[in-house]
Amino acid sequence: MKKILALLGLIVLVLYSCGEDNDDNQEPQVYTTFEFTHNWDGTLITSINFNAIQYINENGDLLSIERLRYVVSDIIFSNEERTIELDIYNLIDVTNNDMSFTPQEPVPTGTYNVSFTFGLDNEDNSENLIDLNSESFNVPDNLGGGYHYMQLDGKFINSSMEEQGYNYHAIRAVENLGPNATFPQDTFFSVDLGNIVINDNVEVEVEMNIAEWFKTPNLWDLNELNQMLMPNTSAQILMYQNGQNVFSLGNVN
Amino acid sequence: MLTNKGTRHIIFFFGLLILNYNCSSDDRTHIPKLQPLEIPEIFSDNIIDPIIPSDNPQTKEGIALGKRLFFDNILSANGTKSCASCHSPQNAFTDNAPTSLGIDGIAGTRNSMPLFNMAWNYNERFNWDGKALSLETQAIEPVENPIELHSDWDNVVARLQAHPDYPELFDLAFNTPTITKELTTKAISQFERTLISANSKFDNYLQNQAVLSPQELNGLDIFMREDKGDCFHCHGNPNNPLWTDNDFHNNGLDSQFTDLGLGAVTGDPSDNGKFKSPSLRNLAYSPPYMHDGRFSTLDEVINHYSEGLQNSPTIDPLMKKVDEGGVQLTDQEKADLKLFLLTLTDPSFIANPDFQN
Repeated sequence: MKKILALLGLIVLVLYSCGEDNDDNQEPQVYTTFEFTHNWDGTLITSINFNAIQYINENGDLLSIERLRYVVSDIIFSNEERTIELDIYNLIDVTNNDMSFTPQEPVPTGTYNVSFTFGLDNEDNSENLIDLNSESFNVPDNLGGGYHYMQLDGKFINSSMEEQGYNYHAIRAVENLGPNATFPQDTFFSVDLGNIVINDNVEVEVEMNIAEWFKTPNLWDLNELNQMLMPNTSAQILMYQNGQNVFSLGNVN
Repeated sequence: MLTNKGTRHIIFFFGLLILNYNCSSDDRTHIPKLQPLEIPEIFSDNIIDPIIPSDNPQTKEGIALGKRLFFDNILSANGTKSCASCHSPQNAFTDNAPTSLGIDGIAGTRNSMPLFNMAWNYNERFNWDGKALSLETQAIEPVENPIELHSDWDNVVARLQAHPDYPELFDLAFNTPTITKELTTKAISQFERTLISANSKFDNYLQNQAVLSPQELNGLDIFMREDKGDCFHCHGNPNNPLWTDNDFHNNGLDSQFTDLGLGAVTGDPSDNGKFKSPSLRNLAYSPPYMHDGRFSTLDEVINHYSEGLQNSPTIDPLMKKVDEGGVQLTDQEKADLKLFLLTLTDPSFIANPDFQN
């Protein structure tokens, strides 16, 4: 019995020693906060600037913004040593000034290439995400289901010089609407923020230039494409293409 | 968002702990019994948890007291009306008047809102105009409003305090026989949070316990199509059993406003003419419709969105084909849409004995 107790004591001692060694070698873990800011070709936009028809897109359409919210997901930190993928999603709601989030999972200090997904990849988009349900952010089943990637709503001055609503709603592009809908191509996309040095808790600013949604590579004519764009496959693909130049890295503090 | 949900859980949990601790440390003989909301499966499966204030957890005694207060004319100045006078169970806790009459026979300017599923109003703005920033706050105003119960809280509290039953009921619910306005509205709010509606034909359809007719299914399709009804952007979808976004919109009722709605509350002209999206549950019990009760029937409501929209600077950009008056549904589409909307009727809600006087 004494031998067994002595052996157990030794095992505990060894395990305890190993644990201490691991702690000594552990790299500091820090938290990252992502702060999304918005501008129109460099002019800052917050919800205070909403509702007034004051922006001119590349096509020359005068427009306002009344509602802007979108989903970002799957943040990836990668360098030569490791790749950390945070399987998370967050609704950025500019209308209600909810524009930052701090993932619960810390990352070891280091320099990383940081990227995220605009919208939801197809796996995430097929899940039942109750906080997005609670925001009524769903896409109808007859349009393929899942969730909006973005809702950008406002008004513009149309060719008859009258105010008209627009709904620039980005979703997963869909064809053959109905129960057997098909998907011609993915319309979520990855945003590469480049290399970021993360040596302490850090706040990463991500800038969205809203004007880019209407500019490059597809000149967006709101007189042609304004509402009922969710079932419009080609419009969804145009949004996807224009979205590639929308985000950029801002300040890192 | 996930963080907010977690925070609410924690706050609620500690609220319960504090209540229990206070009860036991005071060594009182009666400890309010916690009675959390019974969350329907169709809610817990699809939307985040309800909001329960940390300083007003649901208790058996608090709910019972709130129910009695809700139906008691003692809250009105002349003892003729209660909350239930304008929020009647058989009308899904609204009434059937365009605008309700107060104790002096004076009609207000707003339609009485139906009451259910209010604990899931995540932004916690209540009333058509969002003026009340919590359920507890909401319950304060009608008591003193001259065109509603036209009472005075000091008088109400004095009457309750002098009542043969209420001091004991408050003691049971809140561990104090001293009645206050705040405790009164807390109790009413606890009762109101129990008013949960989640057992309609459509709820049962989603749980494979009911079958929809082809017309009802077509109505759902119209509801969910952006190029048809496009109702879902403001009124939710099968994955959001609330059937409202609880947000505020100008839905094209008027080109000029006699009631500014949210705009009168925020002072922001861009909010003029915006009112809360009501839930589409229990429409069969809750006519007339809109903030001023201007539409007597569901047909009138559907016609409004189909060809009756009025343009104005604050009309919501989600309103489609405004220059044509609306989404231009055919008669058959309107009929099918109406049939679908009526599948959101919950007979068990208005018959629930827990909700009757």
